[in-house]
Amino acid sequence: MACKHDKTAHICIRVIWATACQYLTEGNLLSKKYEFIDHTADLGFKAYGTGLEELFAHAAEAFFETLVELESIKEREERSIEVEADALDDLMVSWLGELLYLYDTEGLLFKGFQVKQIEDNRLAANVRGEILDLARHEIKTEIKAVTYHKLYVKKVGGGWETQVIFDI
Amino acid sequence: MSTDIEIQKLDDFRWIIPKKGKMRTEGLVYADDRMLAVIRKDASLEQVANVACLPGIVGRSMAMPDIHWGYGFPIGGVAAFDTEDGIVSPGGVGYDINCGVRLLRSDLDAVDIKNEIPTLVDTLFKNIPCGVGSRRKDLKLSAQQMKDMLVKGAGWAVSHGYGSADDLEHIEDKGRIPGANPEHVSDKAYRRGKDQIATLGSGNHFVEVGYVEEVYDEAVAKVLSLHKGQVTVIVHTGSRGFGHQVCDDYIKVLLKASDKYKIDLPDKQLCCAPVQSKESRRYLAAMACAANFAFCNRQVIAHWVRETFQEIFQVGPKELGLDLVYDVCHNIAKIETHEVDGKKRKLCVHRKGATRAFPPHSKLIPEDYKEIGQPVLIPGDMGRYSYVLVGTETALKETFGSTCHGAGRVMSRHKAKKIARGRAIVRELEDRGIYVRGAGKGTIMEEISEAYKDVRDVVNVVHRAGIGKKVARLKPMGVIKG
Repeated sequence: MACKHDKTAHICIRVIWATACQYLTEGNLLSKKYEFIDHTADLGFKAYGTGLEELFAHAAEAFFETLVELESIKEREERSIEVEADALDDLMVSWLGELLYLYDTEGLLFKGFQVKQIEDNRLAANVRGEILDLARHEIKTEIKAVTYHKLYVKKVGGGWETQVIFDI
Repeated sequence: MSTDIEIQKLDDFRWIIPKKGKMRTEGLVYADDRMLAVIRKDASLEQVANVACLPGIVGRSMAMPDIHWGYGFPIGGVAAFDTEDGIVSPGGVGYDINCGVRLLRSDLDAVDIKNEIPTLVDTLFKNIPCGVGSRRKDLKLSAQQMKDMLVKGAGWAVSHGYGSADDLEHIEDKGRIPGANPEHVSDKAYRRGKDQIATLGSGNHFVEVGYVEEVYDEAVAKVLSLHKGQVTVIVHTGSRGFGHQVCDDYIKVLLKASDKYKIDLPDKQLCCAPVQSKESRRYLAAMACAANFAFCNRQVIAHWVRETFQEIFQVGPKELGLDLVYDVCHNIAKIETHEVDGKKRKLCVHRKGATRAFPPHSKLIPEDYKEIGQPVLIPGDMGRYSYVLVGTETALKETFGSTCHGAGRVMSRHKAKKIARGRAIVRELEDRGIYVRGAGKGTIMEEISEAYKDVRDVVNVVHRAGIGKKVARLKPMGVIKG
């Protein structure tokens, strides 16, 4: 293309834009929702949030981003989900496990997550998405299970962080 | 990283992880110098040491040359526990319960069918459900039929017209793990499994048409009816969502049980309970159901393979001779009796990404294989080769009759996709004479040869260590993947 800026500058701008798209802007605060971790046979992610509810919502986004391009999911139907567990990290596994179960049995993909409340290791959420349509959704990876391996949900600085490894 | 784990060379193919800290026994890793350097790159040796900490472990915590990092137990790990004072751990079996392999041999020669491969593969792709949501409408089981199938395994498939009774003789445990109890399987597992019966699944699952490229042991190959140039078919799949859910359900149960029985866990994913406990007995009963689900799967898929061949080559089953050589599990826990220090002991042997490899004259192997030992099927990646071995006395003595299961990954799926980007993987394979059809584009990229150890190296270590004897090498011609 005829342009006075050199190719390197364009590439830099593209990289910056792509990275920025992974970030959430909340007022003046720029914070990352999640990032993927590389493992030999499996796949994992770390997710972040200012509160627990936000953390669990971001974790769910990371889950579906593993399956398909999150952007390709339309919010056509809504479901209510309630899970409980003995501890926060178990709750994370139960939460993502429930989403996996809905995907596996009903082909449901979700994109919008409104985690209403997390209290006493009980989670209530409204989730919005649609049924898998192979014409529009390209499956990136099938997830067999959400594992307990190297799992944590912990307070870090002013927010929360989680790490989850999938068996794929 | 495993670089800080101390390991001592015993001989060219055996390495010992000395007993340290909370370990109750040593670790034993089968590998050569070069492979060990690769193994040290992930945390798999640490995992071998962690398994050695579990109560009632008999013998050593073992690792096959294809070992790689898993969750809790490493993949390629073997550990046996006394049934009286030892434990059972779902993590020592894996999520894909009875992921396994079967090998069919035929009376066709590769040279005769070379030109038909694309059509054959396309038809296999049409007839065998692979990929998300795909299944055949002609196979639908009622709730009662499903429970029946979970108890009878491959036998259920045979009694419904999929294959013959002869097949059952050539499957590990005759295609049915005893003790299966559908009452101990959750509704969730049923719902995940009911639409996935006899489907291939994705990742490293496949159906592969190949041929015998090399025979290493003519006498044994003859008993297996294998000869050079002959067309073969490999089916690799497991228990799908059903098994994954059973594992998931029981990890939750056994996590609670680990607390209840006050078991010190180096890693949550090693959760376990005494073999004799209610929790473990229910897990084993549900695990058996999942294992039987997988045996049934492979039996039905093999039937559709036979039908496809008959359709394409317009010949009957007798002429095709697509007989079952053997079918093995790669992820399972078995109750077996082994001789330990001169005494017979009942053990719960966990093989996660490992294969049973019993020697000649074992009671549990097919009559017609009594002189040669149990066949062992080792699939490689889709671009290279697979191997047929037989079990040995050394394996029985050292590893409770266990050996490797496959190539083992060296590269994450993410990295593999990065490396594969921009390359026409399907074309590259075609240029090498391998025609691939995959349901998901991503899967093919994740499964490139570079992502795997060279299975030839894995098999050579096992052979030279004496825990498996090479019989033949198979080369792929056409592959379908989920």
